[in-house]
Amino acid sequence: MAESDNIVVETAEKIFADLADPQTINNDKKGAWQAPLWQALSEAGLPLSWVADDLGGSGASLADGFALLNAAGRFAVAVPLAETMLAGWLLAQGKIASPQGEMTVLPANPRDRITRDADGALSGSCRGVPFAKAAKHFAVLAHGNDGVSIALVDAGKARIEAGLNVGYDHSDSVTLDKVQPVTIKPAPDGVSQATLMLMGGVARSLQIAGALESMLDISVRYSNERVAFEKKISKFQAVQHNLARLAGESAAALAAATSAADAIANAKSFDDEIYLEAASAKIRCAEAAEKGGGIAHQVHGAIGFTMEHILHRYSLRALAWRDDFGSESYWAVELGKLVASRGADELWPLVASR
Amino acid sequence: MTAALRFDPIRLPEKCEQLRKEVRAFLAEEAARGTFDASKPNREDTDVPEFCRRVGERGWIGMTWPKKYGGQERSFLERYVVTEEMRVANAPTRRFFVADRQSGPVLLKYAPEHIKMDILPRICKGEVCFAIGMSEPNSGSDLFAAKTRATKTDGGYLINGTKIWTSSAHIADYMIAIFRTSPPTKENRRHGLTQFLVKMKEPGIKVNPIGQITGQYEFNEVVFTDHFIPDDHVLGEVDGAWKQATSELAYERSGPERFLETYYVLTELVRAVGPNPDTRSAEGIGRLVAQLHTMRRMSVSVAGMLQAGKEPVVEASIVKDIGTVWEQQLPHRVRDLAAFVDETATNRETLQRQLDFAIKTAPKLTIQGGTTEVLRGIIARGLGLR
Repeated sequence: MAESDNIVVETAEKIFADLADPQTINNDKKGAWQAPLWQALSEAGLPLSWVADDLGGSGASLADGFALLNAAGRFAVAVPLAETMLAGWLLAQGKIASPQGEMTVLPANPRDRITRDADGALSGSCRGVPFAKAAKHFAVLAHGNDGVSIALVDAGKARIEAGLNVGYDHSDSVTLDKVQPVTIKPAPDGVSQATLMLMGGVARSLQIAGALESMLDISVRYSNERVAFEKKISKFQAVQHNLARLAGESAAALAAATSAADAIANAKSFDDEIYLEAASAKIRCAEAAEKGGGIAHQVHGAIGFTMEHILHRYSLRALAWRDDFGSESYWAVELGKLVASRGADELWPLVASR
Repeated sequence: MTAALRFDPIRLPEKCEQLRKEVRAFLAEEAARGTFDASKPNREDTDVPEFCRRVGERGWIGMTWPKKYGGQERSFLERYVVTEEMRVANAPTRRFFVADRQSGPVLLKYAPEHIKMDILPRICKGEVCFAIGMSEPNSGSDLFAAKTRATKTDGGYLINGTKIWTSSAHIADYMIAIFRTSPPTKENRRHGLTQFLVKMKEPGIKVNPIGQITGQYEFNEVVFTDHFIPDDHVLGEVDGAWKQATSELAYERSGPERFLETYYVLTELVRAVGPNPDTRSAEGIGRLVAQLHTMRRMSVSVAGMLQAGKEPVVEASIVKDIGTVWEQQLPHRVRDLAAFVDETATNRETLQRQLDFAIKTAPKLTIQGGTTEVLRGIIARGLGLR
C-alpha cells in the first residue's frame, strides 16, 4: 500500500484495515461487517469530509477527500462513502446543511433528468443509482424553467426498485413523483449536471485506480507463491510481461485520476481544461479496469474466479464503477465533440495547458 | 512495492508557459521561413544545420547543463516544454536531439574536464551531432553480447568490429559507444564493457547507410578497422559501462518524444472530421485524446522526478512501454476513424499522405531505444519478480 501523508487518509486506512479486511468481508455472507465500518467512518467524520463545519461536516479539503476515495478503492469498500461525500459536496454547493446518515446523489447517470415544477416538487427517474436502497437522503440536482436547483430529499418519499451492479453492490432505480424536497436552493453559477457527473466520475476514477493498485499487489504476491511446472509462475517471462502490463495500467489509472483530482482541487471553475482532465480520467481508468482486471484474473488462474478468493472484490467493483456517472463511451463522445468544436489547431494547446 | 509506481500530478510552473510561447513563436517563424513543413513528417530535408544553430542561439539545447559548459541551468520541466513543442510541430531536431537528451549528460558525468570544455559548448550552440553505438549485428537489445573489441595499445585503444542500427551516424561528428575491453566473467555477464567517446570523422571508420521501410535513410552500419581512440576518451570506468548505460536510460525513455512520434495524424483527423463529428468519430477522438492526455501527465511527472534528482528507471520504462505502444497503434486507429471522413474534406489528401507514412513508421516505435520486451523485463524486476 502507498504511504499516506495526510491525516484524513491515515484515519481512513486504519479504519479500513481494522474493519474492512477483504477476507473477513468475503466470508461474511450476510453483510454484518457494514454497520461497524459505517459507524466508525461516521464517528471519524469521513462521509461528510467535503462539507464545511457550519453545514454539519468535517470540512476537509477537496484534495484530502479525493485521497480518501483512492484509499477506499484500495480496500474496495462497499459502503456508501463516496456517494455520501458527493451528496454532501453537492448540498454544500447549494449552501444546504447535510443530515447525518447514508446519502447518495441523483442523478448518477448523465442522461437521466430530474425536473422541478413551478411549485418546487421534483419528478423524474434515475437508473443505476449507487446505494439508493441504503440511503436515508438524496442530494438531487434538478432542472426547472428558471435554471438548476440543488435539493435535499427524504429517501422515504421516493419509489426505489432495488438492483445489483456487476460488483454485487446496490445500484437501484429511483423515481420521484412530485416529491416535495426537505430543502431546495438555486445552484450557483457553474454547477450543472455535467459538473456533478465529472465530480462523480473523478471519484470513481480514484476508486478504480485504488482497486487496480490492490489487484497488482495481490497478483504479484500470488505469482511469487504459486508453483506450476516446477517453478514459481513469477519466473515465467510471459507472466512477468503480463504483470508489467498490469503495472502499466495501474500506473496510468492512478496518474489520470490523481491528475484530475489535483486539477479540480486547484481550479476556480469547471473550464475546458478541467473537463479534459476529468473526462480523460474516467475514460482511461475504465479502460485500465478492463485490461488490468483481465490480467489479474489471468495470473490467478481458476482460483481467482471463485467466490472464496478476494480478487473479485476488486476486479468486479472496478468494472462496475465504469458505469457510474457516465461510462467511458459516453465521456469519449463528449470529449471528442469538445475537441472537434475547438478545432484541430486547438487540440495541442488544450492537452499542453498545464 | 507499488508505492514506487506513483506518478505525482506535477504542474508545469508559470515560467514554462512563457517559454512555451517563445518556442511556438520561433517555430512559426521557422515554418514561415520554409525551414520545415509541419504537415510533412516524411520530408526529405530532415538535416537542417542552420536550424540547429538557431535553436542553439535561443539557448534551447543543453538547457539544464551548467553555464560554464554553455548550458542555461534551467529545469527539466522547461526542457520538457521545448522538447514537446518541437516534436508536435515536426521540427527537424534530429541533428542535435541525441546530444541534448543523452550524449551530453553522459559527457557531463564521465568525460574529463578538457573534453567537457571542448565539446559541451559546441553541442549547446547546435554545432555538433551525436550517434549512440550500442547494438551490434546479432546482438541488438542484448548488450551483454556486444563483441566489438577495444584492444589496449600505446596511449589508447584500437577498435575492431561493427555497430548497427546507429541513427544519424552518417551525419554525426561523435559517437558514444560501448566496446568490449575484456571478456565477461562467469560470475558477472555484465563485466568487460567500456564506454568510449568516438570521433567519427577519423580514419578507420566506415559508415554504410541502411534503407528503412519508410523509404528514409536514418540508421547505419558502422564498421571499425583498427580505429584509434586515445586514453582520455574513455568515459567512466573501464569494464564497468553496464551500470552507466542503464542509469542514463531514464532520460531516453520517458520524454514526450516517446508518445508523440505519430501525433500529427491525430491533429489531421480532427481537421478532416470538422466541428460537428458523428458519434463514431467523436468517440474515437475522445478516447485517443484521453489516452494522450494520460500519457503526457505521466511523462511530465517523470520529468518532475528527474528534476528532483531521482532515477525513475521503472517509471520511465512504464511511460515508454505504454507510450510507444500507443503511438504505434495511433495511425491504425486514425485510419479506422478516417474511413468515413468526407472525401471532400480540404485536408483529405494530407491526412492520407501522413497516414501512409505513419503506418510505415509504426513498426519501429516499439523497438528503438529499448524493445517492449526489454522494458517489460525491467518493470518486472521493479515489481520484484526477477
